[in-house]
Amino acid sequence: MLKTFKLGGVHPPENKLSADAQIRELPLPAVVSIPMGQHIGAPATPLVKKGDKVKTGQLIGRASGFVSAHIHSSVSGTVTRVDQVPDASGYPRTGVVIKVEGDEWAEEIDRSPELVRACSLAGHEIVEKIQAAGIVGMGGATFPTHIKLVPPKGMKAGLLIINGVECEPWLTADNRLMVEKSREILVGTELLMKALGVEKACIGIEANKPEAILKMKEATVGFSGITVEVLKVKYPQGGEKQLIKAVTGREVPPGALPVAVGCVVSNVGTAFAVYEAVQKNKPLLERVVTVTGRDLKQPSNLKVRIGTSLMEVITYAGGLPEGTGKVISGGPMMGKAVASLEVPVTKGTSGVLLMPGEQSGRQPQLPCIRCSRCASACPMGLEPFLLMTLTQKSLWERVEKEKVLDCIECGSCSYSCPASRPLLDHIRYGKARVGQIVRSRKN
Amino acid sequence: MNGLLTISPSPHVHTDDSVRKIMYRVILALMPAFLWSVFVFGFDAVRVTLISVVACVGVEYLLQRFVLKVTPTLHDGSAALTGLLLAFNVPASLPWWIIILGAFFAIAIAKVSFGGLGANIFNPALAGRVFMLISFPVHMTSWPVGRGAAPDAVTAATPLGMLKEGLISGKPLSQIQGSLPDTTDLFLGTMGGSLGEISALLLLVGGIYLLVRKIITWHIPVSILVTILIYAGIFWLISPEKYMDPLFHLLAGGAILGAVFMATDMVTSPMNAKAQLIYGAGIGIITMTIRLFGAYPEGISFAILIMNAVTPLLNSVIKPKRFGGTPS
Repeated sequence: MLKTFKLGGVHPPENKLSADAQIRELPLPAVVSIPMGQHIGAPATPLVKKGDKVKTGQLIGRASGFVSAHIHSSVSGTVTRVDQVPDASGYPRTGVVIKVEGDEWAEEIDRSPELVRACSLAGHEIVEKIQAAGIVGMGGATFPTHIKLVPPKGMKAGLLIINGVECEPWLTADNRLMVEKSREILVGTELLMKALGVEKACIGIEANKPEAILKMKEATVGFSGITVEVLKVKYPQGGEKQLIKAVTGREVPPGALPVAVGCVVSNVGTAFAVYEAVQKNKPLLERVVTVTGRDLKQPSNLKVRIGTSLMEVITYAGGLPEGTGKVISGGPMMGKAVASLEVPVTKGTSGVLLMPGEQSGRQPQLPCIRCSRCASACPMGLEPFLLMTLTQKSLWERVEKEKVLDCIECGSCSYSCPASRPLLDHIRYGKARVGQIVRSRKN
Repeated sequence: MNGLLTISPSPHVHTDDSVRKIMYRVILALMPAFLWSVFVFGFDAVRVTLISVVACVGVEYLLQRFVLKVTPTLHDGSAALTGLLLAFNVPASLPWWIIILGAFFAIAIAKVSFGGLGANIFNPALAGRVFMLISFPVHMTSWPVGRGAAPDAVTAATPLGMLKEGLISGKPLSQIQGSLPDTTDLFLGTMGGSLGEISALLLLVGGIYLLVRKIITWHIPVSILVTILIYAGIFWLISPEKYMDPLFHLLAGGAILGAVFMATDMVTSPMNAKAQLIYGAGIGIITMTIRLFGAYPEGISFAILIMNAVTPLLNSVIKPKRFGGTPS
């Protein structure tokens, strides 16, 4: 029997329309808009000003603070402004807008396709290169990778888990990367293992990606200590805690880091970026993005420079279909609906999903019939119906006691509610309020 | 595109399941047993069911429209389901006006006055049934003869009723047993009883459909039925000359209907597996205690209503296992 996590989970229609679409490179856009905050933590500080000439791969934003990441230019050209730019959150963020001129790369970057496996760097040097390349978790959480690789004092990782689950419906970017770049991912995995000082790594892939499983398994021959674990298809298996549970059977306690149970998790996209950064000196300046939707002409997987607008991506895949009602940056379960197609692709953009108008709204909300499907679906063992009610009544102490802070916002509760109740909307609010209260208590 | 995009927080997809689908699937699951009751009791089964469903739906509509002045919610199917279940729990010979009173109690008192769908503490159909049983005991315990009964018979008794009456009048069990239907009859449903409770087989068919459709889980029905088996089994093993065998208790009366369709009502049953097991065991114990030691021959309606009252307590005391934590 295939492994999976035990508590909760749902199985929405997979709709992986673009699973067999080879990764194509999106032609260079005329202009890119690169936000300085593409990661969890403090935004980077811009290092360029209007009129500056930049090269592809040049550092244009310096990490500020402990949890932060560098930002590099994804194109060559002239900075036209350093200003507030839109991003998927809907809030304006500081960003650098660059007019594209040619494609002149920084000299140190090796752009040849040859696989480079040998690496003489020590673990801490690998971490430094990863930090210099501005690599963050590319599964969507965008946590700076170099921080994960240096566990807090007294803690030691024993196992690296590479997340190839891609449990979000519709998305296929990780799938394609595993099919087409399996050896690069494995070299990246090896580098991460060395950086962490672990002997073992496990690549978790859901059973609905047979080609990726086959390619990755074939490629592991000749890599010692790396195994592939085929997992039963269940959302949200790509959640860090759920994946650790599925692969090792261990549960990360509330509030603790994965390394508390001896694990560090990285996405396959991240492993690939690590390979390019360490072996090819290439900073994180492009990523694979799935662009898909029921009515889209050509659902695709595209290699896109960071800062390219969603509009460019959609246009290349056949244009915005008539009657599109919603554009989602990310997958349908956790992605963000954007207000404008000017929003740029960032390091965490795994996909662009176009929803037809008739599927863009919500069903009318009915009274809770206490069917407890939300509780059965919750992968954290919470009671969403209760958290919603308590939040509506502003009973913050009880909301906290019912573990609202454990919520990973996967959306399984709202998805499964037959009365179409907006459970997660309320829980997010409750979580934010309780978070404030907890922080003010510490101060 | 008209230039405007919809913005909403995730998730952006939703299950195609709905309250309405759940209600209609439960109604569908009741159909085999309903058709059987039409076969056994003839047009009376249709008459009672129609009156009950129309009365329940009508009472809810009138109250919502003219008393509460809200948009009626008939489309959710819950009132129709209550009507059907109410009909399943009464004799097929019940006069129309008692059915309407029962429907009024079920919907107006047990459901709408608590706040409507989802807010009621007690199972509306069972509250209506118990109201009728207490108010009109004669009508509620006169069972029509079904197909296959002696040609001169006008009324039949339920197996549990025959047993209770016999025991009260001091007859030895061996003598009563001779007049009781055998296990096969009980299983197929060729004895007297409430309109929908007689065929254990067809109720189980409906139950399996509900399980497959994931509308119910096994916890409540299995917990009730196993508790009944154990309780009845203990007494039967101690003195088989005084007590009927456990299989009889499982198949006679409303145990299957209650365990599969009444106790599993989402609104009034506990919300996690462990609490559901306790709730089911409680129903089994109370049912058998009433059957063996109480004044009424059958006790599952009372048992479910009593455990309905315990449900909020179970929900607040028993918590599901949290990820990464220990169950509290």
